[in-house]
Amino acid sequence: MTSEKIRVQDLNLYYGDNQALHDIQLSVKKGSITAFIGPSGCGKSTLLRTLNRMNDLIDNVRITGKVYVDEQNIYDNQVDVVQLRKHVGMVFQRPNPFPMSIYDNIAYGPRIHGIKKKRDLDEIVERSLQQAALWNEVKDRLKKSALGLSGGQQQRLCIARMLAVDPDVLLMDEPTSALDPISTLKVEELTQTLKSRYTIIIVTHNMQQAARISDYTVFFLNGHLVEASETNAIFTNPKDKRTEDYITGRFG
Amino acid sequence: MGKLSDRVATILLWFIGLSILAILFWFLYRILSQGLPHLAPRFVFGMPEEILPGGGVGPQLFNSFYILLLSLAISIPLGIGAGVWLAEYAKKHWFTDLIRLSTEMLASVPSIVFGLFGMLVFVTVLGLGFSIIGGALTLSLLNLPILVRVTEETLRGLPGSYREASAALGATKWQTIKSVLLPTSLLGLITGITLVAGRALGESAILIFTAGVSVSRFAPDFNVFASGETLSVHLWYVLSEGLVPDAREIAEGSAALLVLVILIINLCLALPFRYWYRRSSGR
Repeated sequence: MTSEKIRVQDLNLYYGDNQALHDIQLSVKKGSITAFIGPSGCGKSTLLRTLNRMNDLIDNVRITGKVYVDEQNIYDNQVDVVQLRKHVGMVFQRPNPFPMSIYDNIAYGPRIHGIKKKRDLDEIVERSLQQAALWNEVKDRLKKSALGLSGGQQQRLCIARMLAVDPDVLLMDEPTSALDPISTLKVEELTQTLKSRYTIIIVTHNMQQAARISDYTVFFLNGHLVEASETNAIFTNPKDKRTEDYITGRFG
Repeated sequence: MGKLSDRVATILLWFIGLSILAILFWFLYRILSQGLPHLAPRFVFGMPEEILPGGGVGPQLFNSFYILLLSLAISIPLGIGAGVWLAEYAKKHWFTDLIRLSTEMLASVPSIVFGLFGMLVFVTVLGLGFSIIGGALTLSLLNLPILVRVTEETLRGLPGSYREASAALGATKWQTIKSVLLPTSLLGLITGITLVAGRALGESAILIFTAGVSVSRFAPDFNVFASGETLSVHLWYVLSEGLVPDAREIAEGSAALLVLVILIINLCLALPFRYWYRRSSGR
């Protein structure tokens, strides 16, 4: 459990002339849940999106430094982004199912990675939905549109869709910010059952959530990583004054 | 005051909506009541006459569809391809702006100018003569800008979250376009295609100059180099140049037939498709 899954080294990120991340150094342990916290615009989501190179989709982004996933610098030229994203899955702030059936949503990932046999796909769909604790709610309506699900169900569907391509790192970008408290609870419980098999990084603006579910917490401010530590330590005994101010609600 | 103007606006907008409907129905009533009595099978499927009364419009009806299908076969792949490129691949750049501007200008070119262009290029320079293929090619030029526009607008209207979600699953750009974006925008594309098809079916100016005003001696003639007068062109031809004594009846019948064909296409293809699509995507 002590082995390192992700290491970020001297990472700087610029949107045009605007520097959004400054000299980030970070190590993420395998099989743990790490929470990124900090006020809006502090760079926590931006950093998350460098871990599966989602920032590639945005024009005008420049990155220096290194990000190692399993000892491989993912910004090396020979890295295949498709393979990287297969290993590092992502769930977004707003549930974003495709306007297709529940089944096709889950089968989408496996299909683009070349799995064609119906029996294999059926098995993946069922397993992924089971893992996302959604199977019992949708097993009779797999052919129905995913847009008919509630927001919380849609988000768990997106988690299932991510799991279907068999990643080992799960990035979650404020996955519960658009959900009601009960759906939030379900997603939080889900992270606990998933953490034995996956390395999870979750961005949240909700400090209680970070405290409830994460093993490690990283606090960001204005594009700087201020403090990274065990969650318990950061919430009970923050070393940096700014961390303390933030978690005690003096700003943010 | 606010309440009054709200009332006035409500009444006015209702009135406008209803008058559009009234105009449509009045138009349909006039065209169909005059034309429908002429639509005997002998007229709809029969051969035309040059001098004697009682000619039919069979070949013209066939040519209308044949030219329409050929022009769609040419313009749909090109139009959708260009639209996809503009929406998904082209970076913001003076060159792409130029392409976009050109497409828009192309869309506002009067069809008779396309006709002239088609006659000069396809009929004369390429030596295709007044032919079905010459007509179809020129008609494609008319369809192309609209298809490009509709495709680009539809794709741009899709939420970025689809692209993000797909990319995050490891899909390539092309996989995302092929498996998510295009299927999702099918409804918009079909609407654009229906629009273009209706316009193409009714188009005459272009085809007078490129497909000609005569038909093969037999029908259906699949030879794309045969001259191919369509229904709309025939309507114009019998009224302005025709020698047949029953030109007026033929024109009325052709008009009714055209309207019917367009109605049928809309009611039997576009609407059921829309219904099916809504159900299957859950929107």
